[in-house]
Amino acid sequence: MSAGPASPAEVPAIEVRDLTCAYDDHVVLKDVTFSVRRGEIFFIIGGSGCGKTTLLRHLVGLMAPVQGSVNFLGQPFTGADDAQRREQLRTFGMLFQGGALWSSLTLRENVALPLEELTELPPAEIATLAAFRLAQVGLAGFEGYYPSEISGGMRKRAGLARALALDPAIVFFDEPSAGLDPVTARHIDDLVRQVRDTFGTTIVIVSHELRSIYGLADRLIMLDRDALGIVAEGRPAELAAASPDPRVREFLALSPVHGT
Amino acid sequence: MSSAPEPSAARIDVRTAAGGMDVALAGDWQIAAARPSWSAAVGADRPARVRLAMDGVGSWDSSLLLFVAEAQAWCRSRGIGCDIAALPEKTRALLAQLEAASIPGTAPPPHQENFLVTVGIAARDVAAKGNAIVQFVGECTLGLVQLALRPRKFRWRDCIEQMQQCGAMALPIVSLISVLVGLTLAYQAAVELRQFGADIYVADLVGLSIVREMGPMMTAVIVAGRTGAAFAATLGNMRANEEIDALETLGISPVAFLVLPRLVALGLMMPLLALYANAVGIIGGMIVGKGVLQIPPSAYWIETQSIVDLHDVTTGLVKATAFGLLVGFAGCLCGLRAAPSAAGVGRATTSAVVTALLLIIVADALFAVIFNLLRI
Repeated sequence: MSAGPASPAEVPAIEVRDLTCAYDDHVVLKDVTFSVRRGEIFFIIGGSGCGKTTLLRHLVGLMAPVQGSVNFLGQPFTGADDAQRREQLRTFGMLFQGGALWSSLTLRENVALPLEELTELPPAEIATLAAFRLAQVGLAGFEGYYPSEISGGMRKRAGLARALALDPAIVFFDEPSAGLDPVTARHIDDLVRQVRDTFGTTIVIVSHELRSIYGLADRLIMLDRDALGIVAEGRPAELAAASPDPRVREFLALSPVHGT
Repeated sequence: MSSAPEPSAARIDVRTAAGGMDVALAGDWQIAAARPSWSAAVGADRPARVRLAMDGVGSWDSSLLLFVAEAQAWCRSRGIGCDIAALPEKTRALLAQLEAASIPGTAPPPHQENFLVTVGIAARDVAAKGNAIVQFVGECTLGLVQLALRPRKFRWRDCIEQMQQCGAMALPIVSLISVLVGLTLAYQAAVELRQFGADIYVADLVGLSIVREMGPMMTAVIVAGRTGAAFAATLGNMRANEEIDALETLGISPVAFLVLPRLVALGLMMPLLALYANAVGIIGGMIVGKGVLQIPPSAYWIETQSIVDLHDVTTGLVKATAFGLLVGFAGCLCGLRAAPSAAGVGRATTSAVVTALLLIIVADALFAVIFNLLRI
């Protein structure tokens, strides 16, 4: 007897199969397979140069894989035609490492732009939503500022507000706390948790900040440069305690807040 | 109040002992100061072994390591034992690292390709660039069709801002260059034509040259250096700051969002700038006519009107529009394809200007042939 089709809740938010990533002839990751459940906070970790950001760029379509596939919410993303691809892009948001705010626009305009370009909402509602998103990340009162007039942490928060503008089902974060002081980094972590808890958003974070990993991650995969792929998958505390791979135990044991 | 002691010079004390040579290092060994030469110190001696010590050394850095490494290499080449056991352990560890780094063959060999592979890679790159250009032209064309179908979705605000940047803001430099070109042409013509009493034909020469060729061409060159470079630098910086990636992950086309407003702005402003350059160039010729040839401005103007007709002006403006689009095209394409780094932005900017100038010259030659065939 065969099992029936998976219910929508059982379909993974992201399904990656046999993904091989390369820069020209230089293979960075080979045959990477994993899936991310809906509503999960999922980390992609590993040492510098192991391909974390490369994997993320493949997931969001900024780079094309040599082989393999990525599915979002059960729909194929790799190889999708332009219309399907645009449709899927609207289901996720991304916070880039430096915020990647458009420097010629104010924070309000940055957050409003996806709504202006990709929805038919009237300008008044767009303005309201933009102000709401900025307030949500603690930037009320800074709507008229340009990215060059605010700090790095504020830029990241504004980037998060923009990433959330279209109420995405999945949000990707590239090193969200890199270069931030511990207080601001903790604030970003709190925002991530709040977004997931409030909206059930699936969160994928590329990071090697152990404090964030232990504080937030439901599950993680660890990449390794020599292995050209995943060397561990699971819950951080369990992997730190019982991973058969010494590289994984060593990486996760270096945390000053291990187990907290 | 005490001050830091003066460093003493690095020195060595060489003593010949039973069966070998004891070398005691002393003083302060600093990389920026002179150090003793091992080969000078040892001279023609051939000891059975060498033993090094550094008990009398004050401060030291890589200078001491280099000296000891020189001694070790000398001993090795002569089959003489070199005893460094008396050196502190951290010094010996550094020496081991230095030796490992200086062994030939540990560095990866330089990447060498044979001729066929090099040609293959170059051909692949050319094909990839060609593909990117075709794709970019296609996206721009589709964008222009979208603009015609849905003009309300076009980013007019950005376009108007760009029009101000590439049009109004360029007026001073266009004025200066154009008046100087007009003056130069008129002077050159005046010297020759005066000999035949044909002074008034300076107006004809300047008028036709400016309107048909120099006005559009000089405006395009200015715009290539000014606006084309700015487009490439802006878009290249946006690439480096992941701003373009952010657009792509939102499903917003960077061509529609960033390129089209710039192309439309340049396409609209270039004919106006060229028209302005024509007028200023003719004024430049008129200044020479009045100042050097004593031709009244009214006579100069009437002569210009008699030779320059609407066809000449129109062909110049058609060329200017095409040049503007080529400059915008080169600037935006180079900017979007820039490597995400400071050097990448610099290369993109240079490439944008060079490509734009090349395209302008090629297009000008093509226009000359086409207008000749059409007898315009």
